[in-house]
Amino acid sequence: MSVFIIRRLIQASLVVFLMSLIVFFGVNVVGDPVYMLISPDADQAEIQATIARLGLDRPIHEQYLLFLDGAWRGDLGNSFVFGEPALRLILHHMPATLELAFTALAMAIVIGIPLGLYAGLYPDQAVSKGIMAGSILGFSLPTFWVGLMFIMLFAVVLGWLPSTGRGDTATFLGIESSLFTLDGLSHILLPALNLALLKISLAIRLTRAGVREAMGQDYVKFARAKGISTKRIILVHVMKNIMIPVVTVMGLEFGALVAFSVVTESIFAWPGMGKLLIDAILQLDRPIVVAYLMIIVLFFVVINLLVDIVYSILDPRVRLQDQGA
Amino acid sequence: MKKIGLIGVAGLCMLASAAHAEKLTIGLASEPTAMDPHFHNLGPNNAVARHIYDNLINQDDKQRLTPGLAVSWAPIDDLTWEFKLRQGVTFHDGSAFNADDVICSFTRAPDVPNSPSSFGTYTKGKTAVRIDDFTVHFKTAEPYPLMGNDLSTISIVSDTVGCGATTEEFNAGTAAIGTGPFKFADYKPGEAITVTRNDDYWGDKPVWSEVEMRPIKSGPSRVAALLAGDVDMIAGVPTTDIQTLGENADLQLSQGVSNRVIYLHMDQFRENSPHVKANGGGDIKNPLMDVRVRKAISMAINRDAIVDRVMEGVAIKAGQLLPEGFFGVSPNLQPVEYDPEGAKALLAEAGYGDGFEMTIHGPNDRYINDARIAEAIGQMLTRIGIKTSVETMPRSVYFSRASRGGEDGLPEFSFILVGWGAGSGEASSPLKSLIHTFDADRGFGSSNRGRHSNPEIDATIEEALRTVDDAARQDLLAKATELAIENVAIIPTHFQVNTWAAKKGLRYVARTDEYTLAIGVVKE
Repeated sequence: MSVFIIRRLIQASLVVFLMSLIVFFGVNVVGDPVYMLISPDADQAEIQATIARLGLDRPIHEQYLLFLDGAWRGDLGNSFVFGEPALRLILHHMPATLELAFTALAMAIVIGIPLGLYAGLYPDQAVSKGIMAGSILGFSLPTFWVGLMFIMLFAVVLGWLPSTGRGDTATFLGIESSLFTLDGLSHILLPALNLALLKISLAIRLTRAGVREAMGQDYVKFARAKGISTKRIILVHVMKNIMIPVVTVMGLEFGALVAFSVVTESIFAWPGMGKLLIDAILQLDRPIVVAYLMIIVLFFVVINLLVDIVYSILDPRVRLQDQGA
Repeated sequence: MKKIGLIGVAGLCMLASAAHAEKLTIGLASEPTAMDPHFHNLGPNNAVARHIYDNLINQDDKQRLTPGLAVSWAPIDDLTWEFKLRQGVTFHDGSAFNADDVICSFTRAPDVPNSPSSFGTYTKGKTAVRIDDFTVHFKTAEPYPLMGNDLSTISIVSDTVGCGATTEEFNAGTAAIGTGPFKFADYKPGEAITVTRNDDYWGDKPVWSEVEMRPIKSGPSRVAALLAGDVDMIAGVPTTDIQTLGENADLQLSQGVSNRVIYLHMDQFRENSPHVKANGGGDIKNPLMDVRVRKAISMAINRDAIVDRVMEGVAIKAGQLLPEGFFGVSPNLQPVEYDPEGAKALLAEAGYGDGFEMTIHGPNDRYINDARIAEAIGQMLTRIGIKTSVETMPRSVYFSRASRGGEDGLPEFSFILVGWGAGSGEASSPLKSLIHTFDADRGFGSSNRGRHSNPEIDATIEEALRTVDDAARQDLLAKATELAIENVAIIPTHFQVNTWAAKKGLRYVARTDEYTLAIGVVKE
C-alpha cells in the first residue's frame, strides 16, 4: 500500500508541475493587470514603476522561474490587488467554501440516495416517475437562474430566509463556521441547496441505476431464497454493491463543489474561494489565479487517492495496486 | 417581514435592539481591497476610508472643497501654502490630533509596501513642513494651485498608531484609528465592513449608530437583497432595474450626475491608422487627422438617442469634459447638435463623400451600458457613410491594448470609447491627462490615447496649472476646454448618472465622485 501511495505522489507532483506551466503561461498571455490596478490619475512614470514593481517588465520565462523558486519554498507570490500572500488569502477564504461544499454534499447524499433507492425499487410507481422527472430538471436548469429564483422566492416573496451573505459564525472545536449558529444555518441553506441540486440529481440517477441492476442479480435471488428479510437485502447486500460508483462520482463531485462553486458564491455573495477566484480573474490578479489552480490540482489528487482507499474498504477485491489507479 | 420558527425569534430580537440603535446596512457594488487608507488609491477604498478618517480638506457631494482637519488653507507666497489645523480634535483612541499626524500621514501615503496604486500622484513635488502644533506649510518648486485638491485625497492617520503600522494591522483594526465620523468595528473581506458612530466627532454627528457595508457585486443579487429587506440601501442599481424599483412603493431612488464623462478618442497621430481603411479594405491616409471628419463624426452622433434609448434616460448629454457646476467648465459650450446631413456635407468637403471603413473598440464591463453605446455609435456613423464595425472586450484586456497594445507600445486602436472621472473634481484633471500632448517625461497626456497635440492648448493648460488665482484659472481651464472641443480633440457623448435605491424614508445625497457614504444617507 505504501508503494502505491508513494508512486501516486510522484505522479501527482508531475501533474502539479505540468499544471503550473500551463496555468502560469496561460494566465500571463491575457491582458495587462497594471491598468486594472492603477489609478487613472497616475502618470506615465508611475505606470512604469508599477510594472517594474510587479515584475511584469521581465521576460515571461524569467517570471516563471521566479515563481517556481518561490513555490518551492511555499510562496506562491503576493496578490497584485491585496498585496498579501496569495496562498494565505485563499486559505482564509477556504472554510466558507468547504462548509458550503460539505453541506451540499450532505444534502446530495441524504436526499439523493434514498430517493434513488425508492425509484429503483419501485420503478413503475408515479412517485418514482416524479422523482426521475425532477432529477432531469436538476440537471438541466442553469445554476445562476435557480439561485436567483431561490432568492426571489424564499427571500423576497416569502421572506423566510436571508438573500445573501454568510451570516454569523461561531467557533466549535477550533473550527470557525457558520454551521454552528442559527443565523449561519439560515444563510447557508439556499446557496447549499442551489449547489446541491445537480449533485442530488446525480445521486438519484446513479443509485436508481445501480439498484435496478442489482435487484435482478443472482446473489439477491439467492438471498431471497434463503429467506433473508427484504430490508436486510437492500440495506446490506444491495447498498454495498451499488455504492462503488456512487462514492467515486460523489468524491469527484465534491472536488468540483469546492473548486467551482464560483457561480453560486457570486450570486449569494458568499465570501468563499470561488468568489475570490472570479474577482481575481476579472481583475487579472494573476498570483491568486495561479495559486488557486495549483491548490485545486493538489486537492483533486488527494481526493482521488482517498476515493481509491474507500474502494478497497467497500470491495476487498480491489487492491491498492497500480492497475487499480 | 415574516420569518419562521427560531429564525423569526432571532429576527425579532435583532429588530428590538435595532429600534433604539439605528443600524444601517448598505449593499455595495464594489469592494475595497484593504482598510489601510493609504494602500490603494481606488474609489471603493477611498469611499470606505471617508467613514473612519478625515482629510485636511474634505470633498462634499459636489466635490467642492470643505474644511476638514484644516480650518483654512491659502498660499502665503508663490511656493508655499499655509494650512491652519483644527484644534481640539481627538483620534478614536483618545489621543489628540496635531501637526505631527499630518506630516507622518503625508509621508506614509506615497510609500506603503505592495501598494497597487499609490498616493504618490498627489504628494510628489511637495514638501510638508511643521511650523507649530497647528500650522503646516506645504512647499513646491513651482507655483501650484491644486494643493487643496491634492491634499483632499490623503487620509490622516495617527502619528503614534497609524504611521508605523502595516496594511495588515489596519485590516485587523488595531491601526485603523482615525478622527472620522465612524470608528472601525470589524472587517471581514468579501463579507462586510462594520463601523460604529464616533460620539466625539468634531463635525455633524452621524444619525447611524452602526453601519454595515456588504459588498454584493452581482447586480441582481444586490437588488434582491434590498427587496428582501436584508440591506437598507444599495449602490449601483442596474439600469434595467431602475424603472421597476422606481415604481415600487416601498423603495426610493436617489440619482445624481457623476464626474464621469464618456467620450470617443480618435487616432490623430498615425498617417496609417490600423483600424481605418478605405472602402473595400485598402489603405487610406488616416481621415481622423482632418478636423472636419472629426466634426462630422461628432455631428453624426445622436446624443438624445443614446441618453433616451441606450441609457433609458439615466444620463446627461455632454458637450465638454465635466458637467455644469464643476470648477473650470466653460459656460459657452453646448452638446453638439445631431445633424446627419451636415455631417455628410462636411465629410464630402473633406474629400470623403463616399465614406470609409473603421472599427470602434470599447470595453464591455467598465461603464454603464458601454457595449451597447459602442454599437449605437457604430450604427449612427454607418448612416453617414463611415462603415463602422464594433468590437468590445473585457476591460482587463481592453485598457492595456488601448493604451499601449500597438507597435512600439503605442495605442493599438483607431477609434475608441472610453470614460474619465475627474478625481480632483475640476477640469484640469481631464485636460491634463486626455487633451495635453502625450509627454511621458513631464507626466502629461498619460491617457491621451488619440495623441491629439495642439501647442496652444498645451500652453493654456500649463498656464492654468501655474495660476494660483482661482478666477484666472477658471478662465484658463474654460479656454483650454473650448479649444479642445473646437479642435475635436475628443468627442464627449454623455455624463454618467448614478443611481442608489433605498427603503422608503431613506434618501441618499448622490455624490459626483460615485462614493457611497453612510453620512450621506438621510432620514426623511
